[in-house]
Amino acid sequence: MSQSRTRRFRTVAGGGLALSAALVLSACAPPGSSGEVVAGPTAGGVATCGTEDVVLDAYIETGFPLPNELFAEFTKQYPNVTFDVREDQFAVLTQNAPRVLQDDPPDLMRLPQMSELASGGLLLDLDPYAEQFGWTEWPASQLVQMRVDDEGRRGSGPLYAMGLNFSMTGVFYNKELAAQIGMTEAPKSVEELDGYLQAAKDAGITPIAQFNGGATGGLLFPLQALMASYGETTPINDWIFHTPGATIDTPDNLAAAEHLQRWVEAGYFADDVNSMDYAQMMSRFIGGESLFIFDGDWESGNLDTQMPGNAGFFPMPPLEVGGTQFGAMSAPLTYGISAYAAHPDCAAFFLNWVTTDETARTITVQVGGSHPMGPADAFMPEVDADSVTAATLAAGTEVNAVNGAMDFIANATGSIYAQSWTPNIQQLVAGQQDAAGMLTAVQADYEAEVGG
Amino acid sequence: MGAGAAPLPVPAPANNRRRRIRRLSNAARAYLLVVPAAAFYIAFVIRPIILTAQYSVYNWDGIKPATWAGADNYVEVFTNPKLVGAILNSFELIIYFSFIPVVLALFAANVIRGIARSRLSGVARTVLFLPQVIPLVAAGIMWSWMLSTNGTVNQLLRAVGLGFLGRAWLGDFDTALPAVGVIGAWVQLGLCLILILAGMSKIDPALYEAARIDGAGPIREFFSITLPSLRQELAVAITITVIAALASFDIIYISTQGGPGNSTLVPGLQVYYLAFFDREIGTASALALTLMALVLIVVLPLQRILRGRDG
Repeated sequence: MSQSRTRRFRTVAGGGLALSAALVLSACAPPGSSGEVVAGPTAGGVATCGTEDVVLDAYIETGFPLPNELFAEFTKQYPNVTFDVREDQFAVLTQNAPRVLQDDPPDLMRLPQMSELASGGLLLDLDPYAEQFGWTEWPASQLVQMRVDDEGRRGSGPLYAMGLNFSMTGVFYNKELAAQIGMTEAPKSVEELDGYLQAAKDAGITPIAQFNGGATGGLLFPLQALMASYGETTPINDWIFHTPGATIDTPDNLAAAEHLQRWVEAGYFADDVNSMDYAQMMSRFIGGESLFIFDGDWESGNLDTQMPGNAGFFPMPPLEVGGTQFGAMSAPLTYGISAYAAHPDCAAFFLNWVTTDETARTITVQVGGSHPMGPADAFMPEVDADSVTAATLAAGTEVNAVNGAMDFIANATGSIYAQSWTPNIQQLVAGQQDAAGMLTAVQADYEAEVGG
Repeated sequence: MGAGAAPLPVPAPANNRRRRIRRLSNAARAYLLVVPAAAFYIAFVIRPIILTAQYSVYNWDGIKPATWAGADNYVEVFTNPKLVGAILNSFELIIYFSFIPVVLALFAANVIRGIARSRLSGVARTVLFLPQVIPLVAAGIMWSWMLSTNGTVNQLLRAVGLGFLGRAWLGDFDTALPAVGVIGAWVQLGLCLILILAGMSKIDPALYEAARIDGAGPIREFFSITLPSLRQELAVAITITVIAALASFDIIYISTQGGPGNSTLVPGLQVYYLAFFDREIGTASALALTLMALVLIVVLPLQRILRGRDG
């Protein structure tokens, strides 16, 4: 290489460095912006969609037909409103939520874990709408999970989302397999359930298929159900909502976790739960390869189609027959409005319509399989008494009667599920962790995150 | 040597100026050609690296204004047992992603060279290279089916009477990482094989002839001629596969997502979880830069050892 070329090369390299340096300087301000909220609810009166043409921008989870069916019906009733729908998987929604809410703000968005989105100022405060539409008159427990205070703690503060419905978890069972072991109706106590699990095992039927593989910890479903049978649900909710001093490591929860450990050791779970994903669990249950699964009523519609008349559902029973201490995880299917949305009034009007319009409530039950939001005495559509949808709706009423609804322990913090519960419960299955060790470990991770 | 740079003994001033202008315009044209590529490189490689370095010294959730963290994020990377465990796992993967495929490829290439004239060698080459053509995501899904409780692997074991060894390979704490490693070895084998075969075709057949005349057997031939002649190709193969092991993401994300219980967690996956699920952009960036440094620390000396004698 001649000298002049070397010099030229140096010039180019120098220029490149200078350009890079300029980029560094331009990027030197700390990342993140406080941002200004441009949208807000109309003051006075009640929000509507008006008479002008409106296109609502919706960002929803793919694979669930409910929102699209509701959108279609809404357009039928209000022809000036159409929907521009984007769909993504839940994991993608989780990753994109902050960026999308700010840069490409949807009017309606299916929300993942919302504490940081709300306290980060990306979601519209829906309290003014709650006043206008009378949502404040509903049972407070329906909305409590969607309230976030300015420190990102859920359970109190302004309302930042609304549910299309609220789901309920419990135990699905295969009626044909149940009949083979003499189970003709749902068990009335945990002890009775234990008996059926053993009977299934003795008969060579896999008692429980449950997803628990990869980054999923589906054994939390039976764990939390047992927690609600062993002790009150309020301390569990307190823990999830970061009430100061709350702990998951209580004697009741320990007894529940030890009960689960006994199930594991007795071989009541399929021996490959640690590599089973959600879809495998569903296909095994529908294919008649397992007596029970712990899951939620979002599958009711699906099971009524795939195994009509053959699927049953019951909420986790109390410890003793006739007891009132039992519960279920229950969560609204949360939709929020971006703080930067173009049509917040119309979006709020839609969310209210979903909970009040009779056709919308019928769609919610028939397509979604879960209970619609709203006051306890609101319209309910007729459901085939033999369907599993009817069973899940009845279970919801039963659980609400004993005030047994609780949020999911996996939702306590952004990473408690993936980073703490899942590895610990997978270790419990493999015999590398015991019940007490699991609760201690999770509580330590929780304190590190909530305290820090 | 550039013609424009050759000095003339008696340069006329006018000539000189014209030549300088021509030289400058030549240079400008050359720069112009480089600009698009350089711009893309700076925008999509240099700038993200600089931004990552910047994020790594802040506490940031990706939304709210960040706060200064100094070296805290790096301390976390080297003291949090989960993050250290992820780094150790990636080193264990080097055995499966690099060592095993290179050794197998050497063996396979030797056999293929031996049967070079038969049609079988083409078939063997295609079959062994096929995994490179299949997208890693598809490979991950395919293998997670084969390794599941009722998958092909356990069916084969049962067929030969070894059913008691069967298990959910990807769901067992002891076998999950090796099982993921096997997928990686299967993918990397094709690449190593093609590199080594290409290297072998360069070796002068006269060397083998000479060796045979001297009475060398196939094993002696392999160690005295084949292996030393392949040093360049082996260096490339080992470098690429070691990087694939340390920076692995896709196969693990598809087959185990780091489970069960973090037994297959690797830094690439943890960076993704930290950034997009825990919203700890600072720690994620610090781990990403540590990973980059780690790859360089391992690969640069490796290059020197493997190519040393040529340089």
